[in-house]
Amino acid sequence: MMWPAARALMARDLRLLWRRRGDALQPALFALLVVVLFALALGGEAQALAKVASAVLWLAVLLAGLLSLDTLFRGDAEDGSLEQWMLAPVPLSWLVLVRTFMHWATTALPLLVATPFLAELLHLPHGQLPVLLAGLALGTPLLSLLGAVVAALTVGMRRSGILVALLALPLYVPVLVFGAGSVSAAAQGLDPVGALLLLGAGLAVALVLAPLAAAAAIRIALS
Amino acid sequence: MPEHPSTAPPLLAARGLSFARNEAPVFGPLDFVVEAGEALLVQGDNGAGKTTLLRVLAGLLHADAGEIEIDGHPAKTSLRSRAIAYLGHLPALKADLGALENLDFLCGLHGRRRGQTAVAAMGIVGLAGYEETLARQLSAGQKKRLTLARLWLSPAPLWLLDEPYANLDLDGINLVNRMVQAHLRGGGAALLTTHGAYAAPPVRTRMLTLERPA
Repeated sequence: MMWPAARALMARDLRLLWRRRGDALQPALFALLVVVLFALALGGEAQALAKVASAVLWLAVLLAGLLSLDTLFRGDAEDGSLEQWMLAPVPLSWLVLVRTFMHWATTALPLLVATPFLAELLHLPHGQLPVLLAGLALGTPLLSLLGAVVAALTVGMRRSGILVALLALPLYVPVLVFGAGSVSAAAQGLDPVGALLLLGAGLAVALVLAPLAAAAAIRIALS
Repeated sequence: MPEHPSTAPPLLAARGLSFARNEAPVFGPLDFVVEAGEALLVQGDNGAGKTTLLRVLAGLLHADAGEIEIDGHPAKTSLRSRAIAYLGHLPALKADLGALENLDFLCGLHGRRRGQTAVAAMGIVGLAGYEETLARQLSAGQKKRLTLARLWLSPAPLWLLDEPYANLDLDGINLVNRMVQAHLRGGGAALLTTHGAYAAPPVRTRMLTLERPA
């Protein structure tokens, strides 16, 4: 029962994404804009750009994810889909996990693929690229999972856009610190593995706990 | 109401069920049973707590007191999700998906009754030919019919129908009655809320009238 439900949900989300491809592109375009504007504002000077490249890329990806967070459960709450999720013979937390995975796969994953090109635009030293990619691969799912909890907490409220950002940012700060920190450690010739392991540990914990917390929050918000 | 003696536990039984919102009682305490093959018609004015009762039975809200039993077992979440199909006020349809795509997703979520297909169910509810139509282009009545098709495909024996006649034309009202009749003949049971203005299905029916608390 778990896998058919997950497959059905993934197929539904992919279809919806395709029907509204203009909206779906928004986070990726936003991240692209941030990166390009940064490059222009710093005057395209390779040395200045290289110093901030990893931080800018991390910020762009983080803010793009934040932008689409409010839509994670809102549509499904408004048309009654979440009610049916709660009544389905699969755990609500499982559906939340699948939905969050789709959110990550459609907002963060395209950016992850584009990162090597954006890094080139920002003159990121090639040696730092693998560390940056590893950090983003571990950090962006963690951001999506933390964001799912916040989105679930605010799903019962109308117009909670700014509240989502306020609630999510303190949770996002440690991820950003370790993520961007791993790259700057590598830049200074230090070992970045420690920061990456912490990100991985955070991801492992969030994979188990975040769907449960988000499901509980949804049940409270809809009762 | 013909009483028929049976040893099997009732499909749904509520004992002393009550619910209060912010200390203000909404309904209860209520006692009722619904046997397989029976319909329970929940009547009451607007605000009498019909919808709240159905949401409590479905498990969307927690009762303040009382017990709910399904097939003689205490209604745990896992049991409820297999035994109950709930038709609420919200259609749970995605506006940007076609009618059939919506049905396919909901079947993937809830499972499907043996030997039924989504296309056939759309024919039964009178939506043949609308398979590819986006849900946003369906009228309110057609959306209701689509949710009835979802109900028809559900494998759950107990139907909780909140105002199933709303938005439907005469033909649609007959459709609901025919569906309930067929479902009950197959050993299911149904709870219907109504404010009394419609013809009830021609089946063995119990009545439960909710009063607005003073």
